[in-house]
Amino acid sequence: MSEIIATHKWERFTFRERMARFAVFLGFAIALSLSISTVEVIPEFLYDAPTQAADLLVRMWPMDFAYYPQGIHEAMLETLHIASLGTLLAIVMAVPVGIMAANNIVHFSPLNWLAKLILVSSRSVNSLVWALLFVAIFGPGPLAGTVCIGFRSVGFVGKLFAEALEETNPGPVEALTAAGAPWFSVFLKGYWPQVAPAFWGIFLFRWDINVRESAVIGLVGAGGIGMVLDTALNLFYWDRVSVILLSIFAVVILAELLVTYIRKRII
Amino acid sequence: MAGIIEKTTVGHGNPFKVNWWVRFAWAAAFLYVIYAANYLDVSWVRFIGGLSNGADFLGEMVPVNFSRWKLLVGNLVETVEIAVIASAFGIVFSLPIGLLAARNMMPPWITWPARVFIALCRSFHPVIFAILFVKAVGFGPLAGILTLIFASIGFIGKLFAEAIEEISLKPVEALRASGAPFISIIMYAVVPQVQNRFIGFSSYQFDANLRNSTMVGIVGAGGIGGTLFAAFQRFDYDFLAAILISIIGLVMVSECISLQIKKVFQ
Repeated sequence: MSEIIATHKWERFTFRERMARFAVFLGFAIALSLSISTVEVIPEFLYDAPTQAADLLVRMWPMDFAYYPQGIHEAMLETLHIASLGTLLAIVMAVPVGIMAANNIVHFSPLNWLAKLILVSSRSVNSLVWALLFVAIFGPGPLAGTVCIGFRSVGFVGKLFAEALEETNPGPVEALTAAGAPWFSVFLKGYWPQVAPAFWGIFLFRWDINVRESAVIGLVGAGGIGMVLDTALNLFYWDRVSVILLSIFAVVILAELLVTYIRKRII
Repeated sequence: MAGIIEKTTVGHGNPFKVNWWVRFAWAAAFLYVIYAANYLDVSWVRFIGGLSNGADFLGEMVPVNFSRWKLLVGNLVETVEIAVIASAFGIVFSLPIGLLAARNMMPPWITWPARVFIALCRSFHPVIFAILFVKAVGFGPLAGILTLIFASIGFIGKLFAEAIEEISLKPVEALRASGAPFISIIMYAVVPQVQNRFIGFSSYQFDANLRNSTMVGIVGAGGIGGTLFAAFQRFDYDFLAAILISIIGLVMVSECISLQIKKVFQ
């Protein structure tokens, strides 16, 4: 017995596991060194950065608070409405796609894959790119922004909703099916009560993200505070830019606090 | 078993009771939609009008034009480079910052500045950072790299600090009692407990950086975004479709890779 202990050295990972880990680090190191050697960075610009940043900060001060009631307040309300309406639109679209993607509800793999493709495409395309697309379609304004937020969020909401549906306990569903309930009732009384907390959690979480995103999609013309920011940037009104950034920061923090509070209360 | 029988005999009411609060919330949501749509001047007419525009738009996208594939590949390589460099520096910087923000390891006068810095990094969308950095360091990938470094610090730093706050303090106390210096406490008591989660956050953030590096170019911070924006402005929609397809392809490939990496570290 003692001989076995002496000869067998205990190892946490097998040789293959260690090699795989090593390969990941090596691959990342190679990619990093290749990237640093080929990326076109002008070193003078990097050395100059602190001076330029200091110059920027000097221009931002003192802040032009008088501009808030004139131009920012209205745009900020618009941003919040775009975020909320966009999130609701996302929910309307994400519920059917999410159901289609859940393989314990729809037992037809091509449909599952189609739904997954929709969800991945929605998530892969950045919100600014979606905004560009919808500005090209609907013209500049909050309509493009709302639809952009909706399409961008479908992937996130739908994916998490589908995962929640796949994790449900089949017991209540089987009971309802055995009792002869129609499909809609099975969904409403079998699946929905089990996924509702997760669903509202996802909704709140996405709303929080959307407040951030709807603040910037205006940069490409999709309405909200971003359009005001874009104008101020183009006209070099740095004292206004700093007020806008401060108000975005305040709204984002408030949204996060609100979401945390509601999550604690309800879920 | 007895409990179940009891329940079925006692409860004669409707098992699916109407929850008036929920109905009220749905009605409120519906009213809000009408109000907000009015406020934003979002109307059905405009939506339908846009749909025909959208059909034209999609029509111009086909056939997809891959003839300028050299430009496309060059841009994609730059995008990946931005993501790789930014992730590396972001991960390296967020380690100490996350540690400084952990309230169980550091006194309050250190954690507060660190937490405020992380909150600042997190609150602004990367595009806003990108605009500021383009003004500070000029057009090009450097601005994109700096942007994504800050975004990475905001995300990894916060989660890393939370992970450190959740560790078991027993190994820390044991090392402290035996007189180990601070750096040894970090290396042998803290890091082993949070290492795996840190790698998880990092690989997730690499994915996020890759997605965002396709976008920072829209404001001039390097990568494929600049070409994308130019294609939009020149109504070059068939080339635009090629760019969008390659972005989606790139993101899917990176998702597969990060899935494999997660398997390696489980």
